[in-house]
Formats: sequence, structure tokens, C-alpha cells
Amino acid sequence: MGANLRKESGPREVFCGLTSIVWLHRRMPDAFFLVVGSRTCAHLIQSAAGVMIFAEPRFGTAILNERDLAGLADAHDELDRVARELLARRPEIRTLFLVGSCPSEVIKLDLARAAERLNEELQGRVRVLNYSGSGIETTFTEGEDGALSALVPFLPSTEKRQLLLAGTLADAVEDRLVHLFARLGIETVCSLPPRQSTELPGVGPGTTVLLTQPFLSNTARLLKERGAKVLSSPFPLGAEGSRRWMETACRDFNLPGDRVAAVLDPLEERARIALEPHRAELSGKRIVLLPESQLEIPLARFLQRECGMELVEVGTPYLNREQMAPELELLPEGTDVTEGQHVEQQLDRVRDQHPDLVVCGMGLANPLEAEGITTKWSIELVFSPIHGIDQAGDLAELFSRPLRRRQLIHPALHPQTSTPSIHA
Amino acid sequence: MQLTLWTYEGPPHVGAMRIAASMRGVHYVLHAPQGDTYADLLFTMIERRGQRPPVTYTTFQARDLGGDTAELVKRTVREAAERFRPDALLVGESCTAELIQDQPGALAQGMGLSMPVVTLELPAYSKKENWGAAETLYQLVRNLLKPQVPEQPQHDPKAWMAVGRRPRVNLIGPSLLGFRCRDDVLEIQRLLTVHGIDVGVVAPLGAQVSDIERIPQADLNVCLYPEIAESSCSWLQRNFGMPFTRTVPIGVSATHDFLVELHTLLGMDPPTAEEGYRSSRLPWYSESVDSTYLTGKRVFIFGDGSHALAAARICSEELGFKVVGLGTYSREMARSVRTAAKELGLEALISDDYLEVEAAMADAAPELVLGTQMERHSAKRLGIPCAVISTPMHVQDVPARNSPQMGWEGANVIFDAWVHPLMMGLEEHLIGMFRHDFEFVDGHQSHLGHRGGADPSAEDLRPSTVVMNPEEQGPVWTADGEAELKKIPFFVRGKVRRNTETYARQEGRMEISSETLYDAKAHYKA
Repeated sequence: MGANLRKESGPREVFCGLTSIVWLHRRMPDAFFLVVGSRTCAHLIQSAAGVMIFAEPRFGTAILNERDLAGLADAHDELDRVARELLARRPEIRTLFLVGSCPSEVIKLDLARAAERLNEELQGRVRVLNYSGSGIETTFTEGEDGALSALVPFLPSTEKRQLLLAGTLADAVEDRLVHLFARLGIETVCSLPPRQSTELPGVGPGTTVLLTQPFLSNTARLLKERGAKVLSSPFPLGAEGSRRWMETACRDFNLPGDRVAAVLDPLEERARIALEPHRAELSGKRIVLLPESQLEIPLARFLQRECGMELVEVGTPYLNREQMAPELELLPEGTDVTEGQHVEQQLDRVRDQHPDLVVCGMGLANPLEAEGITTKWSIELVFSPIHGIDQAGDLAELFSRPLRRRQLIHPALHPQTSTPSIHA
Repeated sequence: MQLTLWTYEGPPHVGAMRIAASMRGVHYVLHAPQGDTYADLLFTMIERRGQRPPVTYTTFQARDLGGDTAELVKRTVREAAERFRPDALLVGESCTAELIQDQPGALAQGMGLSMPVVTLELPAYSKKENWGAAETLYQLVRNLLKPQVPEQPQHDPKAWMAVGRRPRVNLIGPSLLGFRCRDDVLEIQRLLTVHGIDVGVVAPLGAQVSDIERIPQADLNVCLYPEIAESSCSWLQRNFGMPFTRTVPIGVSATHDFLVELHTLLGMDPPTAEEGYRSSRLPWYSESVDSTYLTGKRVFIFGDGSHALAAARICSEELGFKVVGLGTYSREMARSVRTAAKELGLEALISDDYLEVEAAMADAAPELVLGTQMERHSAKRLGIPCAVISTPMHVQDVPARNSPQMGWEGANVIFDAWVHPLMMGLEEHLIGMFRHDFEFVDGHQSHLGHRGGADPSAEDLRPSTVVMNPEEQGPVWTADGEAELKKIPFFVRGKVRRNTETYARQEGRMEISSETLYDAKAHYKA
């Protein structure tokens, strides 16, 4: 392993696991995510969801108030009431996720018991599940791991030989990958999460799992416990990662290497052409990835190997060494990988190093821009269709565009005589 | 437990962040888990600020809970004090920290720090953002000014005359993430300068600790945003005897009333009412012939207390609208909003449930909605034009240009912002005059086209609210009725259709012919 791994602790600037609701609810339109938490939780998902894009979202909050905490109201009765109210209002809901938050975890509100009780009451009309997205236990994308883990026990058993893609993908990307696997010779490909929460894929000894996202360690463990085989591979970001990821599956399905090459070679060649203009922009540029989504290490690998960028520091909110091993091996010797965060110290390093581009959370982006450092939002990478060989060019463009923009509007916006002003 | 899909206000510690971030040299240590840092993006993304709010989070995790979170608090306080060297330190907790009862304020007080430490106790499970902001400003003012409090409050707002200087007032309440506060401050400063009144301290926006300490040196306080400033202003009145103004200068008549109140308190001759007429374009634009179309336009208003009250007054007194709904999410201001609603013959809607507000809006069937970002959304769904008058807001409600709500220029801004979503008068007159020309049949919209170039017939496709019970057959439109309906300009057709159906139902008619349509028209005009 070539990377230089270190840990840091201190104040963090990372979303909590609740935030993953904002893409999960789009993936499964028949599911509803009910956060059992405080006004802060409600405010958080509202603010994180792009400040009200949707007229009536498929997520909400059961806000705990003084009565619940003082024991004046039985929190379980209250939760049942709120769930009934919600389901009466939204009869199309088929799966209800009760999502634990910091306050509900601290007061030890037993959501598993609540889910069990509601399931009994609802008699299969709606399936009620629970998981925790609390900020004291999870960061940003770990919420998806929690949600998928909650689904695993409900997956039907199957002996079928099949490939299961675990992790939320954009529909178009998923369709494309399924099509490519079919061309390679893997006919049965299913997904977790599915597009409808009721159409859960089966799992069993014939199931081979490819993780599409690097933040699903718990889900992977549970799938293993259900008899599935979870493959270890670089993640499907960039042409190289996507190819290795697909080849890993092909090996497991004993597909002939020449056939695999016949399908993938032209794709890789096309990706190389698509990447070319972005590589010209990005090559030699220095980048820092601040911890947020867990995608940082695979992205760093892509940006360094396929786009020629220099990795100044790669932050990650937490590191699952086993799962990330194939990625870490591909990083250049001595790459600084920081697990955890002390946001102030990390920003000090960013200022000292003055990289050309910083990938960071939404709270930090404009302040860094004001300091003259070009940024890219981490959250955009979770929302955009970036997986697969065909998306490599698009993925690179997400990084080249902010740099190109800076060139477009400078020096016009910075007359030589003036010092950059910071708009506070 | 309360089911919420969207909320109007954040938690109280976000209110505290608004005060800290508005000031210079104040730092806030917030005992909170990592997810609570989302609040930073309200400032950096919604307001597009180039600085992070001056907040250090303790970021406690589940594994810390078994151990010593108190030590984590102290370490964070020490680090923040050393790194940022603030003139004053606010210490508080968010909802989760409140449950673990570390009392970070008390811990920080015991650390012997060199700067004043203000402890914030903001009950997260019973209070909300604006309350948190008001309480934070109040605690800051009280703590910093305690040493100056006289034994007997003696303060003469007319003292400026005797000492031979210009009168001086403080502007209290403007903050970040408030609605156009920065622009309002500029406008009020300009207004006061014209009247020979100096502005002493503006707080919290842009103020330092030393500015807070100078507050008692002014003749009086202007309570610009009562939601945030009133508790501080009352404390200053009780302890220093400083009076404060009660009128919020939004709209022409309120600005005039504000100036009269201010001049009277300061012992100056109040300005004449003519000033507003001369200084703002709202009065003349409202009087001009093409504004006739505004007469009786039905408006639904919902927002924070101050802005909703101001909007109701402007609508009914200055623009000739008919207010058909008035409400607020600011429970602290429920009483005055109720009174204002009653004067307009309405029952105020006091609620923090946006679905209830949406239902009331649909029920009132207004032609214009003045609300928050949430009402903008509901109005869009209902196909009603909307202007945003209050927080919570969207990034688009933080304009780059100067766009005040207060004072004479604020009245100009309001005229444009509220009237433009409606079809402009001159345009409406022309369409009315030429409605029989082929150009004005279906498909020709206002240049503003709030229906966004959508198929104008889509309006007719919206489910008619008249069908309450699917079992029950509604009145049926005859071919002749439909033909007549088509002659009505598309932008009012939906309303005419609904009204006619309601009328037909009331009258027990099974068919709607052209005659029914005219009967209904006469009925509603009567």
C-alpha cells in the first residue's frame, strides 16, 4: 500500500447520515423517510435538499418536543400517531423508513420496536423499517448504508446465479451497466436499492455482489451473511476503475477474457477520447479532496491516473481499509490520505498548499472561493451520474469546469491594481 | 411530536448563529454533533457569504458519550479562544447536547478566559430560530452593558439639544439571514440623514463588542425588526430609560408614522405627510390610471409577524388590494397579527404548518400571494402569482442589487416586486380593449407569463375544486357553455370556471350553459 495514512480528530464539517435521504427518496418513489428527531433535523434536510426543490417531498420529520422528552407523552404512542397521520395523507407509500437521529439515539427511543409494532398494525400494506442516520454515529453517505442494511433482511432468498449491484445509481447509468453486463454475458443483474421499494431483489449463494459505492460496508457484511459473495475491486469511477470493476465480475462469472476485451476495449478507447480535453485542463493541477462523501479515494485515483492531477491531500471521513485496499494500491507512493478531520487545521494546510482545486462540502465552498481557491462541491458527485466507463468524460468535466470558469472570468474580475475583496 | 415536511424556522441555535455571524469579533462555541455544521451553508450558500460563520462545533460522537464530553467542550473552547481571539465568546448547545446536560456555558465560565463569555440557554425543544436570535442578542447586550447600568434609569431622548449635537439613534435588529436587512439599514440610514438624525450603533449587523458598549450613548433605539430586537430594546428601556420606536417603517404610511414617532420622541418637529408622496413613487404609481386594475385584487399574506403586518397595511391602504388571508408563523407576534386581521374582517392564521397555510391559500383563491419561500412553492402548485416578503427564503431572494423593504425606496421596491407578478395594468387594459382581436385569443400571455409559457388550456385541466365527492355528479358544461367560457381571457378562465361551477351547484343546476355563466357572473359581481 503506497498511501501515507493518518488520522485526525477535532471539529468536523461533514453532513450527517440523514442527508442521504435526499437521494434515496428519489431512487425509491414509493418510499417515505420519516426522521424521528428535532427541529434541527427538519431544518437540515430542508436546507440540504437544495432549499425546497420539491413541492411535497417524500421525507419529513417527527419533531420531538418538550412533552415527548419530559415523558408527558408516550413517545411511542406519539410516533404511531404521526405515522398513521402520514400514511393517511400519503396512501401511495409502500415502505416507511423510520430514521433515527442524534436526539432519538441519545434518548434511546427504540425505533426497531416501533417499526415492529407498526408493521403488525399495518399488516403488510406498508413495510416499516428503521435505521440510524444520526450525526453522532454516521456521516453523510453512511446513511445509505443504514437504509440498505435495513432492507437486507427483507430480501427474498434465491439460489439463482446473478449479479447484484449494491448502491444507488442514476437510472440511466444503471440501465447502461445492465446492458453492458448482458453484452459481456451476465444476463441477470439486479439492484439494491431497487427502483420501487417493493421490488426487492433476491439474495443467496448464487449471488455475486458488486458495490457501486464505497460507503456500504455494513450492507456488504449483511449480504455476505445471506450467502452472497461480495467482490473486492476498485470502484466504477473513471474508465480504468469501471473497467476493473466490470472485469472483476466477469472473472467471477468465468467469462472468456477475449470476449470481455472485445466489449470493453472500444469503450475504453472512446473514454480516452472523451477524457482528452479535460486531461489537458487538469493535468499537472494540484487538488485537495476534503472529507465528505467517501468517494474521495476512488476520485483521487481517477483524477491522478486518468487526468494527470497531483494529489496534495485526500481526506476521507472514515476509512474501511479492507474495502478500500484495491483503491489505495492504485494511489501513488506517499499520497497523503487523512481519515477524520480537524477542519481548522485542514484548512490551514489548504491555505499553505494553495491547490488549484478543492473538493469540499457546501459550507466551505464559497469561503474558499473568497480566498481565491477554486472549489467543487462534494455533494454534486453523489447526485450526478458519474459511474461507468461511458461517464468518465462527464466525471472529468465536473472538475475541469470550475477551473475553466476561473480562466474565463479572470483577469477581468481582478484588475491588476486591486486586491481581491472578500464579500462577507 | 409534530409531523413536519418543511419548517418556517430553524432551531434556536441557528438564531444564535445569525447574531454571532452578523457581528465582528464575536465567536460562538456550539456543543453539537457533526451534522449540525449544515447550518454553515445557510450563510455561505443562501446568502453567498465569503466567510464561514464564526462558529466552532465540538463535534461529539457516540463514542464520546460514554466518556468525558465536558472535557471535549473545554478543549474546544480553549482552542477557539486561542485561534480566533474573539472580543466576546458565546457558548451554547444544540438540541442533542441539551439532552446530555454538559452545561458548556458554565464550563467555559470557569476557565478564566480573558474575554467576556456569554452563556446561551436556548431550549431547543420548545423554542425556534427567531426566538433564539432575540435571546442571543439580549444576552449579549445585557452581559456587555451590565457594568454600565445606572442605579436610577435616567435618560433624556431630547438631551442632544442641550449639549449642542445632532440627535443620534441606534438601529437594533438587522441580522444575516433576515429579509433584506443589509439594504434596509442603508435605506434607513439615508432617511435619517435627510432628517438630520445620526445613526450611532447598528446591531447586530456589522457591530463589534465596543459598539454594543456604546449603545447607551444614543438618544433612543430604533427597533427595526421586533422579532429580534424587541427584548433587547425593552431591557435597554427598563435599565437605561432609553425609549424605542414601535413602528416598523415598511410602506409609505408606516414610514411616515415611523418618522413622526421618532421626531416626537426626539423633540423635533415631525415631517409632513407630503414627504412620502414626494419621496416615493409608490403613491403616484398606485394613483396612476393604469393601476386601476389593482382595485380589489385578492391577496393572501403569510410571513413573519413584522412583514405580514406591513404587507397587510400596504395592500389594503396603499395599493387598493383586498386582503383575503393574513397569517404568520411568528407566534410571538400572534396578537398583533390577529388584531390586524380582525380590522380587515378576517381571522388570522397562526401556524407553523405549511400545509395548513397552503390549504387556507387554496381556500381563499387569491390572485396574488405574498409569502415566504414555502408559499411561493404552494402558490406555484396552485398556479397563483407570488412575491416573497419574508424569511425563510431562497438564494434568489438575496439579490445582488440594493433592494430594501423599508423607507421610501423600500416602498418603490415593494411596488415593483408585488405588482409585477400580476399582469401589468397597461398591458391588462390593452388586452381588455382588444380582447376580440385574434391576437388575444388563447396562447398570448403577458410578457411576464407567470404560467411560464405553459399550455394556457392547462389551467382548465386542473382538477376543479368543486368536485368534493367523486360519487356525486357535478354540473355538466353544455357545448354552448363551453364555447362562451372559451371567449373569456385564459388568465381568468380557470377562476370563472370554478366560480360558475360553485354557483351552479349552489343553485342546484345540472347543466352549465352560457346563460348559467352570465348568471354566475352577475351573482359574483353583485
